[in-house]
Amino acid sequence: MIPSSFEYFAPTTLSEAQTLLRRYGGDAKVVAGGHSLIPLMKMRLSEPGYLIDLGGVDELSYIREDDGGLAIGAMTTYYDIESSPLVKTKYPVLAEATALVADIQVRNKGTIGGSMAHADPSADLTAVVLALEAELRSGSSRAQRSMPAHRFFVDTFTTTLRDNEILTEIRLPALPAKTGGAYRKFANKASHFAEVGIAALVTIDGGVCQRVRIGVTGAGPIASRARGAERALEGKEPTQRNIATAANRAGRGIEFQSNIHASAEYRAHLTTVYARRALEEAVSRAG
Amino acid sequence: MATVTMTVNGTSYTNDVEPRLLLVHYIRDVLGLTGTHVGCDTSQCGACTIRLNGRAVKCCTMFAVQANGADITTIEGMASDGELHPIQQGFWDEHGLQCGFCTPGMIMLAQQFLERNPNPTEQEIRRGLAGNLCRCTGYHNIVKAIQNAARKGQPA
Repeated sequence: MIPSSFEYFAPTTLSEAQTLLRRYGGDAKVVAGGHSLIPLMKMRLSEPGYLIDLGGVDELSYIREDDGGLAIGAMTTYYDIESSPLVKTKYPVLAEATALVADIQVRNKGTIGGSMAHADPSADLTAVVLALEAELRSGSSRAQRSMPAHRFFVDTFTTTLRDNEILTEIRLPALPAKTGGAYRKFANKASHFAEVGIAALVTIDGGVCQRVRIGVTGAGPIASRARGAERALEGKEPTQRNIATAANRAGRGIEFQSNIHASAEYRAHLTTVYARRALEEAVSRAG
Repeated sequence: MATVTMTVNGTSYTNDVEPRLLLVHYIRDVLGLTGTHVGCDTSQCGACTIRLNGRAVKCCTMFAVQANGADITTIEGMASDGELHPIQQGFWDEHGLQCGFCTPGMIMLAQQFLERNPNPTEQEIRRGLAGNLCRCTGYHNIVKAIQNAARKGQPA
């Protein structure tokens, strides 16, 4: 499959990339790892006139400690995240989910920023950044801004990024002590995309779930927080029954998607089952 | 047109290419290295796997211009002086192929996999092969081929 013609730019700095984006705006696409955009271009579902490749913008590839949390550059690859001792130590749920993205080759090339900006409804890391209450930083040639993950994702393939903005950093705030996390997904057998994926974080103190955060991906048009399920478990003991009750609410408010891979009814069922499994595992790792 | 220069299997090449030329087509059609295959063309099957600056990647999902300046190894670069690479030998010894279409991609992936995990379990090998599809063998002998290479302690 051959994409339609485009003009190609390989900036080596963020400001150069932002200047190019200001010039070409709506007719340009920014490419990170390319594993979502390039297939779309090959199928001619996307036909940008200008392609701005961030592959040479080294300043966007890093993982560093920041204010008790972590700051991850948008161009950091999945492999760099899953193999990072910092990520494994501070956010094992992120390392766990990242190692389940697609396959080795895709993880060698795909980036966390590309995943966020593309906003595929079945992406894995969208659920994790929602549960971690990450802040997403973006910038144009004129201004920078930061927004919480739950406001960043708008709809399928749609975020609040503007035509002239580039996502630059994902900031993970420090987690409370005694927090356990887990990511569980039912994966498509060919693509490994999540038919349903659940990221759960549970903080247990004094035998009670003090804080619960759940991100759901794959189920609806875009990843979202399962606030009803979170509230159902907060303040409760992490018993099998309480976890099951919370998991039954994980699908509340989701407009379940139906496609060749799974019906809406099946996705609703998977959401309950995988929410329970993720919560059980998170609880076992908490405290 | 854009000018690209890259090193493939130790040889430097410079060519003028259209930006939309996929790296796999550059390798096959411009350089004539047809060991790298196009399978699904949608980055799922892994038949186009090469090593790019040390990383196993699916080169049907990259443009040649993106590989400007890169150091690439394809299946043609694996054997040296008529001697098969230990992973290639593993596939030979364990009959890890039938039609052979997926084999170059399997070998290029297996090399990266074993570098990162030199003593894998069978389960880890099967998971590691998630991005490479074979429609002949049922994977059984491919797994054995990689175990064979691991036993020999394959060099990078």
